[in-house]
Amino acid sequence: MSKIVLKAENISKQYRLGQLGTGTISHDLNRLWAKMRGKEDPYLKVGDINDRSKTGGSNYVWSLKDVNFEIEQGDVVGIIGKNGAGKSTLLKILSQVTSPTTGEVKIKGRIASLLEVGTGFHPDLSGRENIFLNGAILGMTKQEIKSKLDEIVDFSGVAKYLDTPVKRYSSGMMVRLGFAVAAHLEPEILIVDEVLAVGDAEFQEKCLGKMKDVSGQGRTILFVSHNMSSIKELCSRGILLQNGKLELDGNIQEIVNHYTGQVDTESIVFPDRDFKPIYKLNAWINKITLLNSKNEPCNLFKTGAEVNIEAEYDSNISGSIEDLCIAFALTSITGETICDLSNIYTEGYKNSSSNRGILKCQIPRIFLNEGHYKLNASISIKGINQYWIKDIIWFKIEKSDFYGTGIIPSPKDGFILFEQNWSKIN
Amino acid sequence: MKKQENWDLTIKPHSKWYDLKLKEIFKYKDLLFLFVRRDFVSLYKQTILGPLWFFIQPIITAITFTVIFGNLAKISTDGLPQILFYLCGITLWNYFSDTLTKTSETFTANANIFGKVYFPRMIMPLSVVVSNLIKLGVQFLLFIVVWIYFLVKTNLIQPNVTLILIPFLILLIGLMGLSFGIIISSLTTKYRDLKFLVTFGVQLMMYASPIVYPLSIVSEKYKWLILTNPITSIIETFKYAFLGVGEFSWIYLGYSLGFTMILLTISLIFFNRVEKTFMDTV
Repeated sequence: MSKIVLKAENISKQYRLGQLGTGTISHDLNRLWAKMRGKEDPYLKVGDINDRSKTGGSNYVWSLKDVNFEIEQGDVVGIIGKNGAGKSTLLKILSQVTSPTTGEVKIKGRIASLLEVGTGFHPDLSGRENIFLNGAILGMTKQEIKSKLDEIVDFSGVAKYLDTPVKRYSSGMMVRLGFAVAAHLEPEILIVDEVLAVGDAEFQEKCLGKMKDVSGQGRTILFVSHNMSSIKELCSRGILLQNGKLELDGNIQEIVNHYTGQVDTESIVFPDRDFKPIYKLNAWINKITLLNSKNEPCNLFKTGAEVNIEAEYDSNISGSIEDLCIAFALTSITGETICDLSNIYTEGYKNSSSNRGILKCQIPRIFLNEGHYKLNASISIKGINQYWIKDIIWFKIEKSDFYGTGIIPSPKDGFILFEQNWSKIN
Repeated sequence: MKKQENWDLTIKPHSKWYDLKLKEIFKYKDLLFLFVRRDFVSLYKQTILGPLWFFIQPIITAITFTVIFGNLAKISTDGLPQILFYLCGITLWNYFSDTLTKTSETFTANANIFGKVYFPRMIMPLSVVVSNLIKLGVQFLLFIVVWIYFLVKTNLIQPNVTLILIPFLILLIGLMGLSFGIIISSLTTKYRDLKFLVTFGVQLMMYASPIVYPLSIVSEKYKWLILTNPITSIIETFKYAFLGVGEFSWIYLGYSLGFTMILLTISLIFFNRVEKTFMDTV
């Protein structure tokens, strides 16, 4: 029987919404007062579940609530969930970056986490010096790094620039070097965030291969990604988080199917927990809805069908807005942008739009091949971006007999189908 | 299946305040030295004079003090060569103030790294203490050179047996800088107000310590005030040991020691509390 190497018991994490400011001190004093009288923290009792699409009554939110799971040695576990489902919070707790509000995690063996590649790289230091620094930050000793230096350099493929300060590196080289160091960590448990989404295709392949090697050696991996294909390729088990709770835990295929099926008609409501406003917003998007040709909410379309996107926006501006631009970037599941949709392309810059309202974008025929797609949305005024949110909505395209011949390209052959006319010239 | 209870690591909401995790810090000692190395290597990259700046800084400060406090304000230096008198105070004071200012930024300046990976957080401020200790060592050499020059050339200075206390004084002032620094650092994660006081406070503290003036010229009325400053007796003992002037008293030194120990304990409590959750509030 395999042994359990990681055990999460009732872990919960509470966050305070909004700005930390003058209101915070009164809460802190309240807490202190309760503690002095030997009472429980009054704010632990409140808090809404982590559902970003509903504005809750309380200033506190449970980003994770009573999550329990056990991981056995050699498990390769994919953690799946929508934005704000609590994946990052879970990773942060497991990698000890922050501590849970309640509950405990018990771990056996050395644990290393890779939430970012190249953590602690100093721009002025050379590649070689940074290998040592980064390795040590990740928990390796100098001796270990020294013995693996050649391997690391080899893997990164930046041997030529090893004595150049990393500030002269391209971002791709930086990532390569960072991953190379991380790949040579030898922990019993490895926690990996979606870091593979960077670097060129060849390097991504190499990273995935390396991770497979690692898991082949009987080590345990926890992997968070939005990329369902790499999750399916790598993991044997999946954990699905939803609204801060553990929704499903089981076979990866089952979890992925459940998750992709779950991509339902969904509206996103401000404020989004993933979005941290640095200053007061001038304008934002409240809600996005996908509609079919009959104006019914829908997220499943056939190739060539009509698709409508409605965006409800709001602003702090009184009167009318000049040069309002709402844009959607249509992206593939792996994040490549396929096309950009915006009111300015067809209307140009308008001198005045109302300060709140709904804009609708009609796509008469969508020429996308079968598969899953996502939308990023943004709103800008006079060319200045006010609000931007990634992966705001998902939808699925089903194949249809687009060309009327019963023959259509497979999803591997590209995202887009053009109308095409073939004729014989000679 | 039988229950396994021997876990290597348990992640809990809170840790005990007295848990110093010394074993863990020792495990990460390589990281500590790499941070020290990074600080040095990166500090003088792309400079022409490089490490010479270590010497230039105290020399320029000493000259400035000589001109302003010595010649313009005509503050007494107890009959000692001005440059030596100021250099003596500055060398030790710089160690304290640099340690304090740098460690006070521990959480805010490193939020980026701390947010991505775990290592004992104490490594950061400790590496600052060590970096500054090396810097002190270098500047101390400069002071010794000047000191030997005046020792040979004049008969104004009388070093004495108190010199054996020097390592202790350096340890004490280093710990005090560290304690002040991490207290400020812990307090500023949530409320940034204190940050604005640091530069100002450190400067004020310098004038409340006998750096640019000898304790002997302070009138009886205010002497107690200067003596409440725990730095005073450390600086005075340091000067007394090397130069033979100043006031040396076991009582005042004992006060500084007690003060440092209490401060260190408080700072560790704060640090242990804050390091667990500061990522949510920083």
